[in-house]
Amino acid sequence: MNLVTVSGPPSSGKTAVILKTIDSFQKRGLEVGVVKFDCLYTDDDILYEKAGVKVKKGLSGSLCPDHYFVSNIEEVTQWGIKEGLDILITESAGLCNRCSPYVKSVTAVCVIDNLSGINTPKKIGPMLKSADIVIITKGDIVSQAEREVFASRVNTVNPGASIMHVNGLTGQGAYELSTLLYDEKVEVKTLVGEKLRFSMPSALCSYCLGETRIGESYQMGNVRKIDMEEKKKRS
Amino acid sequence: MITIQDIQQKTIADLFEQYPFLPGFFEENTLEVDGQINEKLDDFLNILDDEEEKENRAMDKAQVMESMAEYITQMLAFLGEDEDEGVNSITLLPGTNKSGEKEEFEELTINKSEIVCIVGPTGSGKSRLLADIEWVAQNDTPTSRTILVNGEEGDKKWRVTSGHKLVAQLSQNMNFVMDLSVYEFIELHAQSRLVEDVEGVIQKIFEQANNLAGEKFSLDTPITSLSGGQSRALMIADTAILSKSPIILIDEIENAGIDRKKALELLVGEEKIVLMATHDPILALMGDRRIVIKNGGIHKVIDTSGDEQNLLSELERMDNVIQNMRTRLRHGEIIRQEDIGF
Repeated sequence: MNLVTVSGPPSSGKTAVILKTIDSFQKRGLEVGVVKFDCLYTDDDILYEKAGVKVKKGLSGSLCPDHYFVSNIEEVTQWGIKEGLDILITESAGLCNRCSPYVKSVTAVCVIDNLSGINTPKKIGPMLKSADIVIITKGDIVSQAEREVFASRVNTVNPGASIMHVNGLTGQGAYELSTLLYDEKVEVKTLVGEKLRFSMPSALCSYCLGETRIGESYQMGNVRKIDMEEKKKRS
Repeated sequence: MITIQDIQQKTIADLFEQYPFLPGFFEENTLEVDGQINEKLDDFLNILDDEEEKENRAMDKAQVMESMAEYITQMLAFLGEDEDEGVNSITLLPGTNKSGEKEEFEELTINKSEIVCIVGPTGSGKSRLLADIEWVAQNDTPTSRTILVNGEEGDKKWRVTSGHKLVAQLSQNMNFVMDLSVYEFIELHAQSRLVEDVEGVIQKIFEQANNLAGEKFSLDTPITSLSGGQSRALMIADTAILSKSPIILIDEIENAGIDRKKALELLVGEEKIVLMATHDPILALMGDRRIVIKNGGIHKVIDTSGDEQNLLSELERMDNVIQNMRTRLRHGEIIRQEDIGF
């Protein structure tokens, strides 16, 4: 199974980009699953269900969403493998700009939009700076010059990333993105022992103390798990 | 290629002198130099060795240096590019339509300063064609088309590097969203392109934009308060002169507040390859050729005939009639029978 982490500021178009990309994966006959992480509420899981993919959601509630994410990523990975997925995409909103959701060996995608302002790239930390691929959305409604300036600012803070423009409405660029995300030679079996690309913002668990390793034995204090059991039918 | 070893022992002052674009990197990465300009980069970045500082800034010394070396490498490559390495032509080789049938053309080469229109119903595959060009398709997209640049297999650098986008886009839905004056806006774009004569470029774009716009505007006008026609005039002039992309894709140009003929002349004069999705007869006939898309594939390629070109002047006369009426209305005048003139 391939694993991809998609992150980005709220309302930047992550779900739209993922849905369009899933379309391309499905045309190639790949089995796709999505785990949506959010804070208080999301109904994006319904959109994913409609798109015909296996989906789980996790709400972090009072916890730091980043810590919640890393505390659950191994279980999520095992769920994806059990479901027989070819590719599992995790989607999480970077609710604070200090977010650092990427695991070293897992393809990291940051979605950021042209409307967020040209100073935004400088404000976002590891979520943008350590991504492998940066997707810029909403390019269809701003001028060419603003697109170019924005992309060059992104390039300045993360020169190593592939920068792509994807239109979440029409799907322009989504096929191309799909070719960068799936590699049939890659086989993720577990993330235990893997490390984060950068330490997460502090809260009150083992990760607050700088822990970067993944796996239950490294987790202490305030750790909360997603219920990975099959849920009852929605009433 | 610049490595960490090349930069870490140099002072920041030396680095800034050697790489004039580097202060921008410090600025965007929120590294304040202040009084430490004569420190070695390695020493300056030691601040990030402090665990608390590292956590609070979310920056790692090694990662910042690596990033800086990569940035310098990219910028030097960008500055070192010759005009000769530019794109003189793109060539389309056929793929298949949605039914899997081969497209109905053999080879289509579009040279710079040429205008090619793209026509076809909604959903026929216009966007896919443009996406294939932008991605420099190499028989690896759903249409199986191949796009050649200067007659050769395209370099994959066009796909994902921010400084090398093959296609610049202009469409009706685009707006300015920054809170800047016209002057500041062009200045910002010119700086991001590392232009040397920023002042000259600002003047040139400003003059050209006003030459295209129906109503004049000034350099201190906020870009968000320009009219639709003025905005498009500025976008076209700016894209023609400042964008590095050799291909300009235009999705219709609304017939109001802008001289469309001059706009196309400007793009052609700046040696762009112009692709225009339009069903406006005046624009379509200004093109040298038009690509007809049907069922996801190129159905035919039509050269604009002499007869059609003759019709163009007639169409332009009709268009002028409407434009003149518009002007009369704007000035509070009465529309008369003789204004129609035929």
